[in-house]
Amino acid sequence: MGGRESTMVLLDENGIRCDGRKIDEPRRILIKAGGLKNADGSAYIEFGENKILVGVYGPRDVHPKHMSNTDTGILRVRYHMEPFSVGERKNPAPSRREIEISKVIKEALLPAVILENFPRTAVDVFIEVLQADGGTRCAALSAASVALADAGIPMRDMVAACASGKAADTIILDVNNEEDQAGQADMPIGYMPTLEKITLLQLDGVLNPEEFKKCVETGIHGCEIVYDLQKKALNEKYFKNGGDK
Amino acid sequence: MDNRRKYVIPGDVVTTGPFRPEQNVILDGNKIISTTIGVSEIYDDSVKVISLTGKYIPKINDLVIGKVISHTSLSWELDINSCYVGFLPAQDVFGRDFSAHADELTSKLKAGDLVAARIANFDRTRDPLVTIADRDLGKIDSGDLIKISPSKVPRLIGKRGTMIQTIESATEAVITIGQNGWVVVTCENPEGLLKAKKAIEMVNEQAHVANLTDQVKEMLESRGES
Repeated sequence: MGGRESTMVLLDENGIRCDGRKIDEPRRILIKAGGLKNADGSAYIEFGENKILVGVYGPRDVHPKHMSNTDTGILRVRYHMEPFSVGERKNPAPSRREIEISKVIKEALLPAVILENFPRTAVDVFIEVLQADGGTRCAALSAASVALADAGIPMRDMVAACASGKAADTIILDVNNEEDQAGQADMPIGYMPTLEKITLLQLDGVLNPEEFKKCVETGIHGCEIVYDLQKKALNEKYFKNGGDK
Repeated sequence: MDNRRKYVIPGDVVTTGPFRPEQNVILDGNKIISTTIGVSEIYDDSVKVISLTGKYIPKINDLVIGKVISHTSLSWELDINSCYVGFLPAQDVFGRDFSAHADELTSKLKAGDLVAARIANFDRTRDPLVTIADRDLGKIDSGDLIKISPSKVPRLIGKRGTMIQTIESATEAVITIGQNGWVVVTCENPEGLLKAKKAIEMVNEQAHVANLTDQVKEMLESRGES
């Protein structure tokens, strides 16, 4: 961010990034639907070195009662990082950053979920980051939409998310931790591919208009890759040799 | 499987063209998009998706099985495996001459009791009102409770009740199915009880498999021999 001085070579002369990827290549992504028995819906994602578990409860009674809405259901999201998810122990109390990410993910999911059919109820999404390596909000958002679908919450489309950014003056797909720290820009994108709508767009860093356009296009391309894997995860759980719920 | 039915997940385009969107689908331009995980069915002029997941949403006239959570001086509250609690007024049980002073609600139903009830009234502004004033309704005294996914109840009943008849006749069990996914099995023969429970669980796990009735029949017969 902001191009901090670093000795690391983010992009070598052959167009290979610091972790061996090409500029338009995402990290290894693994998504699994289900897994938690006590949650109504759940998902697990490995996004490079990120490992995130998501549980969804609901629709269920709202407590405290004053939060309920008689016209529609409400969505609540908690993004939380485990103390052991980062190099130095993280205080488990919700930090400023976690509160912000919870809000951002909630707002990115709201256009997708259809809660009008469940007035006076709440849908709770719990996101636990077990291991963090840059780009957790995108990975968490992708996993959360799989978990919501698994819980049977009606959705207009699934939200796929992927970051793009700029490092060493080049637009790159799926920014990792090193590129996030030492790169020039980081742009997480949440996208509903079937409806062709963006639900999350943040930008940290400076881009000129052409770079911005290219960055959005690159990010959407990443979202489409994630979307295929989300679909594959759900298909595997529900339609392969009987399903295991 | 014919190509009119297919497996879909949220965001999948079921079909395009001038169709009427019914259950679990939305219209976006001329695309019909599924909103849930399930099986899509395309009819002559309409499209619907039968959901494979999700909680029970009460519908008027549904038979449900509920568990008494608590009571006030005028009514009981039932857990009906939904996002809403069922509301059972005391007058329904004691009759019209019910008096909050004279009658003790716990004398009829206590917390933890199971009841077969019918949804008498439900709209989005209020919790569902249930009734037990009908034939075959009321407190359930014996039997085993099995919880299955509410979206798989139609599969357990089968087309015109074929699935449930198959299980009942093979095991001599009496099975009460609540639309909310709670099922009570009673059987005098312990072996039949186990078999019926196993069959119900099998339907729950393999709801989307074609020809399931035959497989269940096969399972019931094969275990009968051993």
